Amino acid sequence: MPIERFEKVFIWISLLLLEVFFVAVLVAAFFGGIQLPAPGGLVDPEQLANTPPFDQPGVRQVGDGQYEVVMIAQTWQFIPGEIRVPVGSTVTFRITSRDVLHGFLIPNTNANVMLVPGQVSEVTTRFDKPGEYRIICHEYCGIGHQTMFARIFVEPTASETQARAQEE
Amino acid sequence: MHAQQFRPHDRFVLWQLYIALAAVFLGVIMGFFQALERMNIDLFKVFGFASYYQGLTLHGVLNVLVFTTAFIGAFLTYVTMRSLGRPMASYRLTALQFVLMMLGVVLAGWKMLDNSSTVLFTFYPPLQAHPLFYVGLVFVVLSSWVTFLNIALTVRAWQRDHPGETVPLQAFLSLVVYLMWFIASLGVASEVLVLLIPWSLGWVERTDPQLARTLFWFTGHAIVYFWLLPAYISWYTMLPKQVGSKLLSDPLTRLVFLMFLLFSVPVGFHHQFVDPGVPVMWKTIHAALTYAVFFPSMITFFSVIASLEMAGRARGGQGLFGWILKLPWNDPSVTAQLLAGIGFMFGGISGLINASYNLNQVVHNTSFVPGHFHLTVGTGVFLSYLGISYWLIPALTGRKLWQPRLGVVSSWLWLIGVSIFSRGQIAGGLEGMPRRTWMAAATYVLDAWRIPNMMTAVGGTLMFLGAMSFFTVLLGTLFLSRERVTVTMPVADIITPPEAASPIFTRQLGLWVAVLVVLIMITYGPYMISYFSNPAFVARGLRVW
Ligand code: HEM
Ligand SMILES: [Cu+2]
Ligand SMILES: [Cu+2]
Repeated sequence: MPIERFEKVFIWISLLLLEVFFVAVLVAAFFGGIQLPAPGGLVDPEQLANTPPFDQPGVRQVGDGQYEVVMIAQTWQFIPGEIRVPVGSTVTFRITSRDVLHGFLIPNTNANVMLVPGQVSEVTTRFDKPGEYRIICHEYCGIGHQTMFARIFVEPTASETQARAQEE
Repeated sequence: MHAQQFRPHDRFVLWQLYIALAAVFLGVIMGFFQALERMNIDLFKVFGFASYYQGLTLHGVLNVLVFTTAFIGAFLTYVTMRSLGRPMASYRLTALQFVLMMLGVVLAGWKMLDNSSTVLFTFYPPLQAHPLFYVGLVFVVLSSWVTFLNIALTVRAWQRDHPGETVPLQAFLSLVVYLMWFIASLGVASEVLVLLIPWSLGWVERTDPQLARTLFWFTGHAIVYFWLLPAYISWYTMLPKQVGSKLLSDPLTRLVFLMFLLFSVPVGFHHQFVDPGVPVMWKTIHAALTYAVFFPSMITFFSVIASLEMAGRARGGQGLFGWILKLPWNDPSVTAQLLAGIGFMFGGISGLINASYNLNQVVHNTSFVPGHFHLTVGTGVFLSYLGISYWLIPALTGRKLWQPRLGVVSSWLWLIGVSIFSRGQIAGGLEGMPRRTWMAAATYVLDAWRIPNMMTAVGGTLMFLGAMSFFTVLLGTLFLSRERVTVTMPVADIITPPEAASPIFTRQLGLWVAVLVVLIMITYGPYMISYFSNPAFVARGLRVW
């Protein structure tokens, strides 16, 4: 097909650019440590009370600086609604919904996942700065959607607290 | 002679256009309320709506399900007849497409207005709407299938009368658009017909929300190309004529549309990057393929700009950008489409971020997303459709456009407004501001969202004023314009004719469809098969609004 010369150049540049993006995706996916949420298994949303680990929502330490948080989302709250972990922890959230779709977003982190009844969502993030974080439901889940959130308190370690106290 | 034969079809085209414009009129008012709500001004309550979410459901459904589908059906029916120089193959189908659209809008509209179906335009189960809401949406889709059938029959009839000739460009493109849409819509059609309607009627107790999402997004990405491509038909084949230029290449235009046919569908998982029920491998495959659909848009960018530049220079424009000023900016139809293109360009850039694998994790379901798509569908598509209406309404009614100056102003107001609006929404999204949220009542508002919310409200108000200027021109044309005119569809002359290329780009549609089917089988098949070995029909319907 006859194509005008400038257009041909432009087409090649476009192709090259897309190739770069394409490769970037693959590199990010396989070498960059970028990890999208993977399926965390199936669960019956009506049987959460007798399905481990959702029969006991809460925070567990699973290793040095490693925590697991088991959470249930339901209209319009997260259970538990408050979590405390020390600064520098790597936290894996295992979450599912008891009723409708919900969302799970911690602003200023990479924690962003959908909560779909029947599916377990898993997301891991690291908290390097102390302070209060919020988990916000970011999928419409009914009339109370805008009130659905939970708090994460990332606490300074004992030595840091001491250091700060001495400064003051 | 033709005009006489077209008239009965045109009547339905015009009425369907009125449905489209009435839908977006109400939709835009809802948008304005949503924007003001971010400054704690609650007009939903003042006007008796049950909640912010009822308004948001109307906004999404009316703007992107009804307005778009109804407009495209009307516009491409009109285009097909002019392009082929013959009326549609079946008058009954033209009538049926209108009747189905009307029924669909009435049913879905009624069920949204009585607050029984406040499920937003994505209607994700287990939120359960009234059965008639789903039935209404089915009618809207059925109407689009009838349009598809009618266009296909008309093209076939033309081919029978012109053996061995190449189907004229605009009719060919219209057919490709509907071919793509028909295949894409099978996802949402099966979701609604097989999963949701029986479930909302209580015939089955539980449904599978993850499966429903996958079927929805099978259609949900391609649908944006269904909205965009009619605007591209105008940019490629009409706008050059309107500015006094030519279309560079007929076969390249066909190729661009055929690429959209191939790549619009098999990328749906990029809306589900953070879904729990989709393995990472499939997300990666769709992520990589997503970049393929940027390619035809980039060619479009070049071709359209080149053709505009030719016009600007022919009118005495100088320098690298001087030609832009020489374009006929006093023509409201041209201005709307040029500004649509500018908005769309920025939308495309934010789309690259959105689609990119890792950044999506930051912005998914934040207000970044509405910030992005008010530039693409909300401006690239919406303003183009308004631009088309500026000649199509006079063409169909024979009335001269009333106050074209106000028409020019309307597009500028919109572009300025949407720039502020989207800047606000995008900035808020990067700070974790969730979308689809009744912000005035939210219990967790962060300080960083204050200014973004203000920009949303200010920009949204300007957009509203722009849209209302359009509707003023429209109503003025219908009720105050006394002058009669004969307006015909602009058709650009072509520099490189179709005969210059191999017939694979101009005729062998079947082959392209076959490749598409194979692509879909590769990108969805194995996932679907493994999903069905262990589905999760666990969710009862809930009404929580
Ligand atoms: C005055 C004009 C408009 C304003 C002020 C406006 C405002 C808004 C706002 C603030 C939202 C976000 C709501 C939220 O996430 O809570 C939104 C959502 C949306 N808008 Fe608009 N909009 C306008 C016109 C349009 C047009 C013309 C279209 C398409 C043709 C459109 C399509 C959408 C869609 C699809 C959504 C998503 C709805 C959902 O999340 O369910 N809007 N709009
Ligand atoms: Cu929620
Ligand atoms: Cu929610």
